Amino acid sequence: MTDWQILWAERGVFVDGFLNTLQLFGLGTVLGFLLGCLIVFGLEGAKAPLRIALRIFIDAMRLLPFLVLAYLFYYGLPSLGIRLSSWEAGVSALVLYHGAYFAEILRGARVTLPPGQVEAAVAQGFSMPRMFLRLILPQLVLKSRGVIGNQLIILLKDTAFLVIITVRELTAAANGLSGTYFIPMQAFIVVIGFYWIISIALEQAVNWMGRSGAKRGFKNA
Amino acid sequence: MPELPEVSIQKLSKQFDGVEVLRDVSLEVQRGEVVSILGSSGSGKSTLLRCVNWLEQPDGGEIRIAGDRIGVKADGKAMNNRDLAKVRSQLGMVFQSFNLWPHLNVLHNVTEALIHVKGMKKAEAETLADELLAKVGMAEKRSNYPYTLSGGQKQRVAIARALAMQPRVMLFDEPTSALDPELVGEVLAVIRDLSQEGYTMIIVTHEMEFARNVSDQVVFLEKGKIIEKSAPEEFFVHPKTERVRQFLELDEKV
Repeated sequence: MTDWQILWAERGVFVDGFLNTLQLFGLGTVLGFLLGCLIVFGLEGAKAPLRIALRIFIDAMRLLPFLVLAYLFYYGLPSLGIRLSSWEAGVSALVLYHGAYFAEILRGARVTLPPGQVEAAVAQGFSMPRMFLRLILPQLVLKSRGVIGNQLIILLKDTAFLVIITVRELTAAANGLSGTYFIPMQAFIVVIGFYWIISIALEQAVNWMGRSGAKRGFKNA
Repeated sequence: MPELPEVSIQKLSKQFDGVEVLRDVSLEVQRGEVVSILGSSGSGKSTLLRCVNWLEQPDGGEIRIAGDRIGVKADGKAMNNRDLAKVRSQLGMVFQSFNLWPHLNVLHNVTEALIHVKGMKKAEAETLADELLAKVGMAEKRSNYPYTLSGGQKQRVAIARALAMQPRVMLFDEPTSALDPELVGEVLAVIRDLSQEGYTMIIVTHEMEFARNVSDQVVFLEKGKIIEKSAPEEFFVHPKTERVRQFLELDEKV
């Protein structure tokens, strides 16, 4: 059997890893983005203590390498009596870490939103949550769509770190096979292919957002 | 019993960082009346208008919309946002900078609050919006996004958006000041139509001719105080104060 035939025979391992990576990426994206939105909503007209707490959270996450956070959740928390599975630790780390980044990106866009946008909504009788959801947030997403796309690519690549806390994702699959059969080159080339598939799909989504923004005159991607 | 004024402003005062921008301002607007507020930049006229719907909170005095006090509850405490929204829903506001929501097309700019604040059904809201867009001459642009429109067109959509909530009173904050001269007329024409339909309106403006033609009352603000309040003919032909005379002369020279 050639090396490539071995990999074909073991394709189930890759597919499992790929599906796990997809799930991690999906959960990280959806929950992380939701967290980011909640934080920016929390910063909206919040009282000082909450605002300061949220700022500290964002900055704390940004000062931390993702890998350290993943380590902390998986190996560190048990000493506080909190025992997470590798999957739970991985997902929470992704969500909190990238949630903070999403918040920072959206906050940056919020600062440049003309105040008249909010005044018009207030004058029309919108409540805060509804105004945020329907009038502010869509504009923030359209304004920062390019940076959000970038952050999603980083999120995807960060899922690979989770191999270190024993999550069975794509990189772990390649790592296992390359160890068992000693064919690291081929195994990792295959993995790159899988990451590309996700990245290309992601790029399509970002392009679609780009067109949707351009149609509305949002030029600065 | 005489009818309550649509807007009643009593002894209003407002400071920004210790600088008095409104001093003891009182004004009543009756139903169907059009009141123009004139004055040089920084005289406090926009602040006065923005206090009426509580976009700015005055430091003293009170404002009532058809008898209901805005911003302050009966027990003297500040109104919560929900009650504030209820009083505000009686006021339609048109801004100098239009403030259309750029991610929504023209139609949806008008229907947004109808559907998501008033809870109107989508189809019903769109029918009403189409009527109003026709009224301001923007029916053909209903599917356009705001960035494709001229300033005058944007402002006409903004007027339709404010009308959609069926307010008792329309507030205009320098509606033509951000427009190229050749676009001013189309917006003023729409406002003039509204005055003929009997809308109650308060208009902050620099357009003297327009103010003279549409107003029932002209108010002149100087350093946060009303120094003249009279019918337009009186105001423009026989101003009582030296300051207003100067102001009108300057305008003629331009």
